[in-house]
Amino acid sequence: MTWLRDHFGEVLSLTVQHIYLAGVPLILGLLIALPLGWLARRYRGLYPVLIIGTGLLYTIPSLALFIMLPVLIGTRVLNPVNVLVAMTIYTVALLVRTVADGLGAVPDAVNQSASAMGYKRGRRFVSVELPLAVPVISAGLRVAAVSNVSIVSVAALIGVQQLGSLFTDGFSRAFVEPIIVGVVACVLLALIFDGVILGATYLATPWLRAGKASG
Amino acid sequence: MIGNIFAWLTDGTHWQGYDGIPRRLLEHLAYSVTALLIAALIAIPLGLYIGHTGRGRFLVVNAVGAARAIPSLGLLFLAFFWLGPRLSGDLALLAPVGLVLVVLAIPPILSGAYAGVEGVDPDARDAARGMGMRGPQVLRHVELPCALPLIMSGIRSGMLQVIATATIAAVLGLGGLGRFLIDGLAAQDFPQTASGAILVAVLALSVDLALALVQRSVVSRGLTGRFSTVATFDAVTGAEPPAPALQPSGSERPPHGTG
Repeated sequence: MTWLRDHFGEVLSLTVQHIYLAGVPLILGLLIALPLGWLARRYRGLYPVLIIGTGLLYTIPSLALFIMLPVLIGTRVLNPVNVLVAMTIYTVALLVRTVADGLGAVPDAVNQSASAMGYKRGRRFVSVELPLAVPVISAGLRVAAVSNVSIVSVAALIGVQQLGSLFTDGFSRAFVEPIIVGVVACVLLALIFDGVILGATYLATPWLRAGKASG
Repeated sequence: MIGNIFAWLTDGTHWQGYDGIPRRLLEHLAYSVTALLIAALIAIPLGLYIGHTGRGRFLVVNAVGAARAIPSLGLLFLAFFWLGPRLSGDLALLAPVGLVLVVLAIPPILSGAYAGVEGVDPDARDAARGMGMRGPQVLRHVELPCALPLIMSGIRSGMLQVIATATIAAVLGLGGLGRFLIDGLAAQDFPQTASGAILVAVLALSVDLALALVQRSVVSRGLTGRFSTVATFDAVTGAEPPAPALQPSGSERPPHGTG
């Protein structure tokens, strides 16, 4: 543990970088997956295309994506943008199906009631369908958050600094302590991400608790 | 760029010899299938037991969540330093890779198994008891067959993750398709890396297709026929990978209700 005490500042800055690389794609991915998921529901013919297409993205090994992106989008190899783009792709791959299924789980009667009350399609989506789909989308987001934190660490193999750098450093110097610290920090970070999403979901779904108060 | 990748993939010399594509494919498949079988041997009985008895559910749900958060690369290096010196020969490298892949595959299979058993129609379970079946018989003749679709989708999503992640075997110097990624990275050989990625994706999809066929043949027609809407949904999406998101979201819904 003396290693951690001596390198606390370094570990902290790697953690901040890790939060940035895993967190930003989570938000970007959700913003991209929402319209795609909506499209998959709205036009039934698109559902298999979008689901198979995004499912395919998930079979690309993260290491390969990290290596290939600089060539595909013309960035420098060590540019963190490569990792942000790759992680956004994985988040979208996980969330499109979740969003589509979440929207599909909104009862038809609710949608028809909203339409009968004068909600146009766009407003109905934002203020009725989307809020009701939050629990399902949140479950998908939790999985994406945890897997993002884990996948980002692979970027250490291409030299992008974050908690995974502790793994490669420890490995090349045959020194276990940084690796243990890195693993523990990653797991803690995943738990924190999970907690934040759970908290946001709690705040966004007051109706889930409405029944408990009366019953 | 695409031309270069195509040229690499169709170059005859890349299809033969010690570091040729067929050998790397077989190595990759061997790592992945072995890890998945070990994971299934652990996760399916455990999942069935938890789903059947409800015992240890809270503990396992949380352990599974934490296991998903363990970074594969970090675990690989830890296992290498801990297991490596205790084993000899190839096993010193194979065991760490195997451990990482097994840890990766257990969560989806386990949650598929217990969610599957838990989700069995209580009426079906009651009917089985009413017919005089005892606990283990109910599990074998009613709960297990009814849970098979979810168990299979857990296995398929675990297999996809394992095949994509088995590429890290190459980080320790082992074989598999990850070699093309690591060697391509080291040599700045983009077509090689891209070809490796394509081969991994093709392997993952082929194995998933094979598992989809297995699923069709093992899942009772009584199940797929009775829920006709489910059957048509499968017909549309059955041949493609189950999104990893769907499996956990199904298994994490119960905690929402209870807590």
